[in-house]
Amino acid sequence: MNAFEIVNLSRRDFLKAGAGLTLGIAVPDALAQMAGPGQGGGSVVATGRFEPNAFVRIGTDNTVTVIVKHLEMGQGTYTGLPTLVAEELDADWGQIRVEGAPADASRYNNLLLGPMQGTGGSTAMANSFEQMRKAGAAARAMLVAAAAERWNVAPDSITIARGAVMHLPSNRRTNFGQLAANAAKLPVPQEVKLKDPKDFVFIGRRVTRTDSRAKSNGTAIYTQDVKLPGMLTALVAHPPRFGAKPKPFDAARAKAVKGVVDVVAIPQGVAVLANDFWSAKKGRDALAVEWDESGAFKLGSAEIMAQYRALAATPGLPARKEGDPAGALARAAKTLEASYEFPYLAHACMEPMNCVVKLSADGCEIWNGEQFQSIDQGAVAAVLAMKPEQVKINMLFAGGSFGRRANPQADYVVEAVQIAKAIDGRAPVKLVWTREDDMRAGYYRPMYYHALKAGLDAQGNLIAWQHRIVGQSILGGTAFEGMMVKDGIDATSVEGAANLPYAVPNLGVELHSPRMGVPVQWWRSVGSTHTAFSTETFLDELAVAAGKDPFQVRRALLAKSPRHKAVLEMAAAEADWSTPLVSARVGDRRGRGIAVHESFNTVVAQVAEVTVRRDGSWRVDRVMCAVDCGLAVNPDVVRAQMEGGIAFGLTAALHGAITLKDGVVEQSNFHDYMPLRMHEMPRIGVYIVRSNEKPTGVGEPATPVIAPAVANALFAATGKPIRSLPIRIQA
Amino acid sequence: MITLNVNGKPASVDADPDTPLLWVLRDHLGMTGTKYGCGMALCGACTVHVNGQPARSCSTPLSAAAGKRVTTIEGIGQTKEGRVLQEAWVANDVPQCGYCQSGQIMSAAALLAKVKRPTDAEIESAMGGNVCRCGTYNRISLAVRQASRNIK
Repeated sequence: MNAFEIVNLSRRDFLKAGAGLTLGIAVPDALAQMAGPGQGGGSVVATGRFEPNAFVRIGTDNTVTVIVKHLEMGQGTYTGLPTLVAEELDADWGQIRVEGAPADASRYNNLLLGPMQGTGGSTAMANSFEQMRKAGAAARAMLVAAAAERWNVAPDSITIARGAVMHLPSNRRTNFGQLAANAAKLPVPQEVKLKDPKDFVFIGRRVTRTDSRAKSNGTAIYTQDVKLPGMLTALVAHPPRFGAKPKPFDAARAKAVKGVVDVVAIPQGVAVLANDFWSAKKGRDALAVEWDESGAFKLGSAEIMAQYRALAATPGLPARKEGDPAGALARAAKTLEASYEFPYLAHACMEPMNCVVKLSADGCEIWNGEQFQSIDQGAVAAVLAMKPEQVKINMLFAGGSFGRRANPQADYVVEAVQIAKAIDGRAPVKLVWTREDDMRAGYYRPMYYHALKAGLDAQGNLIAWQHRIVGQSILGGTAFEGMMVKDGIDATSVEGAANLPYAVPNLGVELHSPRMGVPVQWWRSVGSTHTAFSTETFLDELAVAAGKDPFQVRRALLAKSPRHKAVLEMAAAEADWSTPLVSARVGDRRGRGIAVHESFNTVVAQVAEVTVRRDGSWRVDRVMCAVDCGLAVNPDVVRAQMEGGIAFGLTAALHGAITLKDGVVEQSNFHDYMPLRMHEMPRIGVYIVRSNEKPTGVGEPATPVIAPAVANALFAATGKPIRSLPIRIQA
Repeated sequence: MITLNVNGKPASVDADPDTPLLWVLRDHLGMTGTKYGCGMALCGACTVHVNGQPARSCSTPLSAAAGKRVTTIEGIGQTKEGRVLQEAWVANDVPQCGYCQSGQIMSAAALLAKVKRPTDAEIESAMGGNVCRCGTYNRISLAVRQASRNIK
């Protein structure tokens, strides 16, 4: 328990909640600030303030409420984190309830994201694994002590199983609810012993999701569903080009629409407030706003890509250098070159962005699918000239995020607050973006251009690798710049390329980060969305040029990367890699492709099988996906995230492109930014490496692997390499 | 005032006849289980039944639902198809973010009411208008097949 102190919050907090025992773990600020990724908090000496951080509340009604500090956006945190508490507490799964934590970074810091509260980078499980288990174990110890006291027996003669507290020698039995009030009066243990993994009853097994039922009967509440007394719904007319500002406008026609209450100018555009969505929509349709475009961005995608192509011909900033790539290329027996193009991508969550704001004299209350508490609190406080702690945030279910709701500028949250401020807080405001607003609001996965060169020796061995990446920096100009941009290299631009796992003696990775007026943001698996594609498809081109098998080439180059090699072999074995594919009908060409990639400390390998018809139409038939995510806390949730990650990556591979013409986004809704539909979904098998290592993330790592696996399968089927996304093949 | 029947109960609404049924349900009747996703009948998140037929409520004006029977996710559990589907959804942990799932279940319920034992192709066809960005399609398909076997 180095650097952790367990604090009993019951005497301060439990009365108002009507609960018996509330327990938390104090994490010193200094510890949270110093602990970096992969660095356990326990090794850091605790200094500074200690403030309590409550995770468990046991009610006299025998419910165990687990307070979850991470957003549930589909990835399963409202199941996975309670599993950890239930395990150490020996609770019954049926008595577990879940509550979203308030915004308070002093208690609910993400231990892997520095001094801030937020969800992202597939860190929820990794940073909670010990914290939540310790919270459960401490609660258990106090319940045991309370039972021992009540029955006047030794604590070690008490057993707990599935929520039943028992003294077997005397055949006495009680439950958490009956012990809660007494347990709350006891001192908190300073040391807790965590279970030996061999004794786990929940961890490593499937428990049902805590949110499945509410999400199957319409009762789950999202931001879209919040209704406060007197609340107005706001729609905003945004400028058609990024960087444009509204000119003075005439609100009369909008105000004449029945149900419209007000029309106000805000920095982001013009907001129409009405009693309901449809009135606000009609009001906005009636509004005629002209825009000052003197500072607007007016380039199109083709012009942007032309600039990137030109930049790629010049040396960039070094992100990694091993040996002498230029020299090795010059003396190689054979060299290959390829360039890759990637478009902007929208997150396109099923629930378009929205936010509810209520202002009062002494603070601001927000309802949101809240992913970035510390950033949002700070940004809102700045707009309202308040202190961050005056901004109360209610974290609701999010209808998807894929990175979008963790916006470093707090864009849509600030927009909602600006509207509430513009009407002097006289009514609560629900900002609703239409699908079109959401699609055109920017904060896309950036466009990228990659130029790759490689050299083979006379035996076909890979001796040189030169990789140049061109694209906007996601972190430049944000609060994360100081932390994650070093020597001009944005870590998120080169991740997956600069840490290429293959043993290549001469390797160079360079980066250009041009500025463009299109807002960009992380998108499920961030840099790996493009680096996995270029590296893994180029490797297949090299294998074919050397006359070698792509799977065997990878195996050989991964001799010193055992996790990569193991998942690669697992996926290949499940796919019967060495057995040729059979065509179902004459003229069909089939192909199998393999790819392996690490992101967020999780390694995923996939084998995709495709069929290409004579007319050039094609489909992905089957995907075998192997994953090493350390200990799989809930294998079914891991499976679901692999399935979902594959679907998300496949959507981008098949359809995904946001394009600009003269600075205007050309797409608007699901007819021209097409989502994957059921008939395009391949059959998927998920194979999880057995591991007792600490869990690593699963929300993102399946996403970047599918596009290169599919492209390699198409290359195998057609002989033509795929070098841009979305995939377009010629008949 | 326009009158319709929602989940077996009469409802009177004071809204313009062009107001989409989706917003009548959500903003006027306070039934938020039916979701807004696209507003153009492209994603299926707003699927309800009108006189037993699946309809995209975002593109169905109130006037077109006047006097008709509307069933939503809040009421579908009262039907045998809805009940077994919801159980199959929970048993297979189909939802991830969950936002599209009301519409998915409503489309599936309309299918099972018409076809007791749908083929995979019939499931794909009936569910083709429902988008899930979390990629739960294989579980949806599995749950529909499982539910179809559980209907007595």
